[in-house]
Amino acid sequence: MTKANVSTKPKVAFFDFACCEGCQLQVANLGEALLDILGAIDVVEFREVMSEKWDKDYDVAIIEGSITDHHAEERIKKIRARSKVLIAYGACASIGGVNGMKNSFALDEIRQSVYGKDYKLFDSTPTRAVGQVVKVDYTVNGCPIYPPELIEVIKCALRGLPYTVPDNPVCSECKLNENVCMYERGVACLGPWTKAGCNSWCVNNGNICYGCRGLVKHPASGAAEEVISKYNLKPELIKNKFDMYNKCGEADAALSAKGRK
Amino acid sequence: MATENKDLDIKVEYLTRVEGHGNIVVNVKNGKIEKCEFHVVESPRLFEGMLRGRSIFEAQHITSRICGICSCGHSLASIQAAEDALGVVPTVQTVKLRKLLLDYEFLDSHILHFYLLAAPDILGAPSFVPLVETHNAMIRRALRMKKAANDVCDILVGRHVHPISAIVGGFTKLPRPKDLSAMLNILEGMKTDLADTLKLAASLKFPDFRRETEYVALVSDDGEYPLLAGDIGSTDGKRFKKADYKKATNEFIDPRSSAKFTKLSRDSFFVGALARFNLNYDKLHPEAKKVAESLDFKPVCHNPYLNTVAQVVEIVHCWHHAVELIKDLKKNGLDYEEEITVGLNEKGAIPVRAGSGVGSVEVPRGILHHHYETDAAGMIKRADCIIPTNQNINNIEYDFQKLLPEIITLPKDTIRLRLEMLVRAYDPCISCSAHYLDVKFVE
Repeated sequence: MTKANVSTKPKVAFFDFACCEGCQLQVANLGEALLDILGAIDVVEFREVMSEKWDKDYDVAIIEGSITDHHAEERIKKIRARSKVLIAYGACASIGGVNGMKNSFALDEIRQSVYGKDYKLFDSTPTRAVGQVVKVDYTVNGCPIYPPELIEVIKCALRGLPYTVPDNPVCSECKLNENVCMYERGVACLGPWTKAGCNSWCVNNGNICYGCRGLVKHPASGAAEEVISKYNLKPELIKNKFDMYNKCGEADAALSAKGRK
Repeated sequence: MATENKDLDIKVEYLTRVEGHGNIVVNVKNGKIEKCEFHVVESPRLFEGMLRGRSIFEAQHITSRICGICSCGHSLASIQAAEDALGVVPTVQTVKLRKLLLDYEFLDSHILHFYLLAAPDILGAPSFVPLVETHNAMIRRALRMKKAANDVCDILVGRHVHPISAIVGGFTKLPRPKDLSAMLNILEGMKTDLADTLKLAASLKFPDFRRETEYVALVSDDGEYPLLAGDIGSTDGKRFKKADYKKATNEFIDPRSSAKFTKLSRDSFFVGALARFNLNYDKLHPEAKKVAESLDFKPVCHNPYLNTVAQVVEIVHCWHHAVELIKDLKKNGLDYEEEITVGLNEKGAIPVRAGSGVGSVEVPRGILHHHYETDAAGMIKRADCIIPTNQNINNIEYDFQKLLPEIITLPKDTIRLRLEMLVRAYDPCISCSAHYLDVKFVE
């Protein structure tokens, strides 16, 4: 990329770890708006759509996926060392996402269940979010990401401004969207405890909130107890639903407790 | 350069412009091929293991996260397997909407692959990014078409990446008349771009290469190009019910590379657009057939590079099929009483039972199988997902073995590009590797 060598535009790279690459696809899905973003930055690496590689530092590294083996751990550390700003985007990178469900099982047991006796051929570590391995400067939550939020975060990152994810629950947006509460429809939904910012995407389409954006910092535990008792729900049901996206948080807590983080 | 003493050492680490992580390793000593392999090096995600103990009603949500590109296809295979296990028969309206969703999935994925992943090779660019300057109109068209395919999906199921409203039993939200009109308008707005896409396809020169192999895809006895329903069939005359998908895939471990491969009647087989084209050409929409004829593209075609051309033919087929489906839905109206409430079955609306179910659906990259076994409470005891790319890896390697001697006198960079293009032609989706096997590097 001879052009990139003379350009003063910020050098931005996209990297993927264990994930479905749907968040990258959300970037491609921006349509022609993508060209406006490309006009403001130099994308120097983006393996899914580009053959080019870059051997200097990155102004911004945008990371998708969670860290699930030793090779990935080494790789993310190297990327961090070469990046001025690091953005974790998508549930897998920001909170471990569905990959964290693996942590509900003993590691060797789940490896064997998929690969049989040869399971040791394939390296595997407990799933961790990117922020559990290296320092993360910005986070874009969601499975998949909500594209307008990614654009906001990139703008902030390029200008060196902070970006704060609103610490409201999804219900705050859901109410504004005038959805009938899923609890009123007889179904448990994770909206009361999950960070807003997706415009209650799933509930708008008749589904429940699965908690893909992670927990609010200070969940209203009193209200939660009230919801659980009012609708006569089993707390294990809610916990089980949370484990779909948020299991890695426990690994973090466990590691912190052991002072190994 | 004489081939007899040629040494060649190619190692493509993290093959670009494919979905997921794969490596190509080629080793030639004194003109003799010592190694010519395609490795999948995606980090294991252990989806099949993670599904254990989850409700079968959650399987669709979880397994659509196997792949962002074909998440609608994974959803549909997952729902089909769950409904098979539960004994749920979807309504006629639900089946129509699922077929529509699959058309959108094919449009979205094939447009992405044709324009942004495959075309840069033919146009001599390392990616679509430099093409923004040299082929601006083309790239704008690609992004516009991609967005259109994406937008119709948003209307139907909430979003294309991890669809929201398509679940076991039906849809949590059904398109209103204004939604049907909006989808139709978007599709009809693609007409000019579609015509230009066909012009571009006609102008591209794909490498000339031929290797006879077996092609596997869904087949059916009715007149429709089978994507959602049918049996598993092959160009060597094999035919199986979905429940017998294991007989059609025969996963095995090859000591040569410890990779998990599949085979049927021969050493390897091919799944994907070219397989569907070869098996079901007669059932393509007449307009799609016309396009194939104009490109002088006929079944049975044995050039894997032309899988990309088969995708273009399918773009035309799916566009027409989708337009006709929407017109049918507009004319006959929808029954909104069929809208269902999600709930991971907390309300027990669908009876659960101990059982086993298989879903086999054509997704853009080929036939996809999901298989779940549940206990009496509807909790998953065992899950098996066999993705298209997994089935193609063996065939890619056999292609390598035949192709390499044919191009060995070319410059190393050309050889590397030809091999990369060959893998990309299969449109591999490696992050889908719910279970891939491999991997030992020989440096």
